[in-house]
Amino acid sequence: MRTTVSGITSRILSSNATVFVLLAVIFAVVFALNPGFAEPMSLMAFVKKAAPLILLAIGQYFVIVSGEFDLSVGSLVGAQVVIAALLIDGNESATLPVILLMFAGGIVVGLVNGLVTTLLKVPSIITTLGTMLVLYGAIRWLTGGAPTGSLSTAFRAAGRQGVDDVPLIGQLPWALLIVLVVGVGAVFLMRSPWGRTLIAVGDNDQAARFAGARVWWVKTAAFTLSGFLATGAGILIGGYAGVTAQVGEGMEFTAITAVVLGGVVLGGGRGWVVAAMAGALTVEALFTLFNQLSVPSTVRPAAQGLIIIAAVAYAAIDRARRARTVTETHPTPRHTDVATP
Amino acid sequence: MRLTKPALAGLAIAGLVLTGCTTDAPADDQADTGDDQTSAEGDWFVQEDFDRQLAQRDVTPEGSADEPWLQAIEPEWVDTAAFAKEGGDATVCFSNASVSNPWRVTGWITMQQQVEVLQESGDIGEFRVSDAADDDNQQISDIQAFVDAGDCDTIIISPSTTATLTPAVQAACDSGVPVIVFDRGVNTDCAVTFIHPIGGYAYGADGAEFLVDNLEPGSTVLALRILPGVDVLENRWAAAEQIFNDSELDVLGFEFTEGDGATIKDIVTQYLQRGDVDGIWMDAGDGAVAALEAFEDAGKPYPVMVGEDELSFLRKWKETGITAIAPVYSNFQWRTPILAAVKILNGEEVPSEWVLPQDPITDADLDEYLERNADMPSLHYAKFGGEDLPGFPDAWQDR
Repeated sequence: MRTTVSGITSRILSSNATVFVLLAVIFAVVFALNPGFAEPMSLMAFVKKAAPLILLAIGQYFVIVSGEFDLSVGSLVGAQVVIAALLIDGNESATLPVILLMFAGGIVVGLVNGLVTTLLKVPSIITTLGTMLVLYGAIRWLTGGAPTGSLSTAFRAAGRQGVDDVPLIGQLPWALLIVLVVGVGAVFLMRSPWGRTLIAVGDNDQAARFAGARVWWVKTAAFTLSGFLATGAGILIGGYAGVTAQVGEGMEFTAITAVVLGGVVLGGGRGWVVAAMAGALTVEALFTLFNQLSVPSTVRPAAQGLIIIAAVAYAAIDRARRARTVTETHPTPRHTDVATP
Repeated sequence: MRLTKPALAGLAIAGLVLTGCTTDAPADDQADTGDDQTSAEGDWFVQEDFDRQLAQRDVTPEGSADEPWLQAIEPEWVDTAAFAKEGGDATVCFSNASVSNPWRVTGWITMQQQVEVLQESGDIGEFRVSDAADDDNQQISDIQAFVDAGDCDTIIISPSTTATLTPAVQAACDSGVPVIVFDRGVNTDCAVTFIHPIGGYAYGADGAEFLVDNLEPGSTVLALRILPGVDVLENRWAAAEQIFNDSELDVLGFEFTEGDGATIKDIVTQYLQRGDVDGIWMDAGDGAVAALEAFEDAGKPYPVMVGEDELSFLRKWKETGITAIAPVYSNFQWRTPILAAVKILNGEEVPSEWVLPQDPITDADLDEYLERNADMPSLHYAKFGGEDLPGFPDAWQDR
């Protein structure tokens, strides 16, 4: 392992990671406007809110970097929470079995997405759009449009509670620990042979196939991970805010936005998982910023859209310029910036 | 490229600055915001409707209080002898906007249960339904299909939007069958009867007045709204804003939440990080529990709360003992169109505008409504008015 602190720092500072600068700027503005937000308790509350999206962004990163999309995650989160409420119905002892069942369900959905995309050659945008509608419809049919039941206290602990009485910060949310563990796991996974193959497949799946990669298997595994992590996100978001009919709605697009904001290239082959996580934090921070600035709710989507387009375009232009200088001086393979050893 | 890069950076910064600038004034001067918003959204405030609805809250409706779905406020009765049909066994056609939220789901179940009763008594034969899934175009063709079929004895319409559906409702009227419109209205009075609770202004005012009465002058209030541009919801906020403007309360702001629990909890948490929130006004009760949980998790005292008659909120209210009110957009109105259809086909008089009562649930009757709905799921509406129907309680429990 040759990774050093300086390696990570240089990576963060490389203008390829516009997202870190944007995140820092947003936080600086928020802190300046409201020093109270810099207090540990406020930051921990922010982490609890952001954690589900970070998990979704990690899952979406695996899929996007392999050259595909997963539009089903929002519906999957909704389905998981609603079914969990239905099955648990306030019964504490049902918590663990239901959570295991949820993970199994998430893995199955991911597997189906992956196999239909790779073996039946259905474009993933259609496959996962289909899964999204199937899940949405299934939930409507199962619940008649209105969720029933309720989540147990134990179920809600992961998203709402934490380790209490920690010096300085008060409460250390379980959500933060979960995100850290998953994030570190994802970084190691991307350094493993599987992770390198995933990026190679996303860069050029023909070349990867000729090089002996089992493309179908690598992509299916990416979808399965996305389904698994969407389940985790469902548990966190259900824990954070309980059951409403709208839970999970639109989260697939927020997750894709987060990943793209993190500099991950749609179409695959390029991007750093940590930057995708930072992208998720940035999207959430942007919501916080608007709130702190009391931006009228009506103009928020427009302002949000402008900032995202500007940030992504900035990064893309920068990348194009760097790629040109790099090829001019010393030609290197396209995904060097991804697989820095 | 070198030129474009700084330009884009500039654009991003401009975006941030712009969002900052637009808000400096409102953040500093609350009175200003109020005026600005009233003028900008004046479309949604009609003084005459506001005054009428607020007055209607105090009118004793005609009819038995045991059957609020048959009560009417200041009815103008119309003769329906021309529509009388011999022999019962009527074909009732219903064009539904959607069942896309728990409120509509609850009402839809109640309506079906009412139909079953009237089918057993022989008054109604076939009950034909189309669901437009919130799509105006779909609903227009649904209504046209009923007209074209020609065998509907009456057409009941719950319009998805007001202006767009008006021609379709007019076409249904022109076909000669009696038309019944309920919930949201249309811009034509060709329907035999238009059934609705008092309305959005009364709903919004119930909550706002409660906050004014129960908070000290100078207290802070946060308004949580579902989304902009829907008339029934805009009217609720317009009325509340009117009342807040005339009060000593300090409205911190209004936020759109889409009724999503996570969004609500996040927004409330952030307001609590900036300062105290003494009261919360909501234009619909979805996610009221999430708002209260934000206070719990931040370790702040509960606010004076405006929710809705959704059971999750009523239960939380009881459990925490907060000071609260639950404005009601009478869900039992879903029974009325079916009963009105049978009346019309029997040639009995109905009110041309059938205004149903809309009484909020207060501390005084909270226990009663909790008891009546003890076995109901959490996203059920307490004033659903179906307790006397034979399918009770199973039909509302197994959704």
